[in-house]
Amino acid sequence: MQATLGPPRHLLPGAWIIARREIRDQLRDWRILAPIVALTLFFPALMNFTARQAVDFVARYDAPIIGERLIPFLLMIVGFFPISISLVIALESFAGERERLSLEPLLATPLSDAQLYLGKVVASLVPPLGAAYLGIGVYLFGLWREIGWTAPAPLLIQILMLTTAQAVVMVSGAVVISSQTTSVRAANLLASFIIVPIAQLIIGESMIMFWGRYTVLWFIVAALLLVAVVLTRMGLHLFNREELLAREIDVLDLRWIWRTLWAAFRNGASSVGGWYAGVLRHSLPPLRPALLLMVLALGTAFFVGVRLAPRFVLPLDPSTFEALPDNLGQQLQNFGMMSAEGWWWILRNNLTALAIAALLGMFTFGVASVILLMAPIGLVGYLAGNLALAGQDAGLYLAGLVLPHATLEVPAALLAGAAVLRLGLAAVSLPQGTSLGESWLKALAEWARIGLGLVLPLLMVAALLEVFVTPRVAAWLLGG
Amino acid sequence: MEYVIETLGLTKRFGDFTAVSDVTLRVRPGEVLVLLGPNGAGKTTTTRMLASILPPTEGQARIAGYDVTTHAAEVRRNIGLLTEHHGLYTRMRAGEYLAFFGGIYGLSVPDSRRRAQDLLDQVGMPGVIDQRLGEFSKGMRQKLALVRALLHDPPVLLLDEPTSAMDPASARLVRDSILQLRSSHRALVVTTHNLAEAEQLADRIAIIRRGEIAAQGTVQELKLAHVGPPIMELRAARPLDGDVRLLLGELKMVASGEDWLRYQAPVPAEANPRVLAAAASAGLPVVTLTEVGRSLEDVYLRVVGAPAPRGEG
Repeated sequence: MQATLGPPRHLLPGAWIIARREIRDQLRDWRILAPIVALTLFFPALMNFTARQAVDFVARYDAPIIGERLIPFLLMIVGFFPISISLVIALESFAGERERLSLEPLLATPLSDAQLYLGKVVASLVPPLGAAYLGIGVYLFGLWREIGWTAPAPLLIQILMLTTAQAVVMVSGAVVISSQTTSVRAANLLASFIIVPIAQLIIGESMIMFWGRYTVLWFIVAALLLVAVVLTRMGLHLFNREELLAREIDVLDLRWIWRTLWAAFRNGASSVGGWYAGVLRHSLPPLRPALLLMVLALGTAFFVGVRLAPRFVLPLDPSTFEALPDNLGQQLQNFGMMSAEGWWWILRNNLTALAIAALLGMFTFGVASVILLMAPIGLVGYLAGNLALAGQDAGLYLAGLVLPHATLEVPAALLAGAAVLRLGLAAVSLPQGTSLGESWLKALAEWARIGLGLVLPLLMVAALLEVFVTPRVAAWLLGG
Repeated sequence: MEYVIETLGLTKRFGDFTAVSDVTLRVRPGEVLVLLGPNGAGKTTTTRMLASILPPTEGQARIAGYDVTTHAAEVRRNIGLLTEHHGLYTRMRAGEYLAFFGGIYGLSVPDSRRRAQDLLDQVGMPGVIDQRLGEFSKGMRQKLALVRALLHDPPVLLLDEPTSAMDPASARLVRDSILQLRSSHRALVVTTHNLAEAEQLADRIAIIRRGEIAAQGTVQELKLAHVGPPIMELRAARPLDGDVRLLLGELKMVASGEDWLRYQAPVPAEANPRVLAAAASAGLPVVTLTEVGRSLEDVYLRVVGAPAPRGEG
């Protein structure tokens, strides 16, 4: 027996069936339609008025630059306001259908997961984006009519792309949230994970626009598109018909969390020796790609630091280097070197830095932690570059002041960064049949295994070297 | 293909909880299988596994020859699912809604509309195609959901609690529509906890208890296996006196009164004519000879167990 009917085989026509129905449905809902119309027609008109008043006002005080900067800024805002509605629509996409009990018939159709998912994304994007473009058009028309201002083509393209990229990021993030929650209420509560970063982004974009550094906006567009791709991949990866239907309640099951975490942390070991062997045999090998990435990132940071030295030269006085041999040991002791307190201070600082990196990495797919770990290496490169510019032997300084403890501290940073990268990417590389929570807890346990088994011992010894060995090597090499 | 639905040891676990355990079923084309069981017995989970929405933890299931795990899309193409809650988009019109689902199954809008109209006529709802779904009664909504499930003419129809929480009139409308859907090529699986509905719809019944199939067969087979052979009651116009032995012969008497008696009739078609012939030859005027009601409820309670009194969980 063969059924002859089937859904469109290709991704987009199938997704469009879902999207088309939802868009029609949205356009019948006055609660969505009313704000879109208001933000498309009324708000741009208000911005026109504001821009005109501002231009007139600043012209009186001979400060036209404020008006020049305000008009593009308002253009960006006019585009942003309607797309904020896309967040509401996207948050409702799966959670709302689940609440209205209309999800199961849809899941029982032969549409693929990707078609369902992309259909929801497109449906959440099209009406608000359409409204945003229309709003921008209304604003520009008003400006042209009122004060004869026309947008330069690059700026207009930039704002359109920025608006689109922001909408795609918000929607892809919101659809991920919606597919992972049981109710619209829960989805709205979790939306702060999108609203807060986007609000920060808008503040940042505003500062850049008033500063007049429009080129930076291209980098923001590129970064946003990258985030959108990652979020969409994450959403597709997390999309699970079983999870969507079978999950009944969002209860924080602390006992389950602890059991899962502890089981993954132990990984079947019954002794400390067995656990340690497990860390080396099972946790370390999968880190290889992330470790390679970290090596590349830290290497790049050092290189960038060296290259920045000629652009931002430090005013190093040659007499500083002549005086160094006599008081180097004393200076290092003044910094708490050669003491247990110094050891503890360094270890605590390093652990705090790695903890902050881990925390940031968890919510940024590991990116923030990599950037944070790149910073000190970049600084070392920058200082080395400046030493070389001052005619000093940078290699000698590095060997004396950094190398002894860096032999362990850098591997610790590489391992910590790689572990955080894997933790941050846990949501986008979910093993089949594993829920997001379970996958993340297992990744957290792996991070803890690497942290406790390898990073902590390396940092403890590195701090010992830094306090007791590095000063001696430095004094010896640099002549103390 | 002899069986359009085949499951073997189908099991579903959610964490530590086993929702469905070792379910083995076979349904032929044209057959109606009713999954009967209390709330939470695992009926919906079984249906969702058959619809390839939930993957089984263990065991296998094949729908129209396709494995529910490895060929999920083909399985979904071959089933029509009526969920317990209709799940309609109430702002849409009936025709528009059905065209949406028709599009998903590859039907053009005119074909969807034509097919939808035929099915709406079949379920007794002509002339609603341009009405908004929000204006429909509960029974009409469920019937429209049934039309949605039938739109692509699937060989397997899965109906999950089709009349649950409906008033008797609406439930009857839906039940009548389901009865009309029986055809030689289509297999139906209906889940319910409504005994009368099960008896009315089923060719075979599988009673599911705590995720396991506790009993399976036709209504008669289940009655025979769980509450014994049919019991007949004969009422006469005068006291029976010494005629009992003469009337029953080898048949087993289970109760009697002055002018009535009840006996077990393993094969009523053979036993009853013999009893009536014996009564006629003895000159005993028979007023009635009827089967004593042994309801599916007796079977169900025997299999599932009577609910615990309050306070005992």
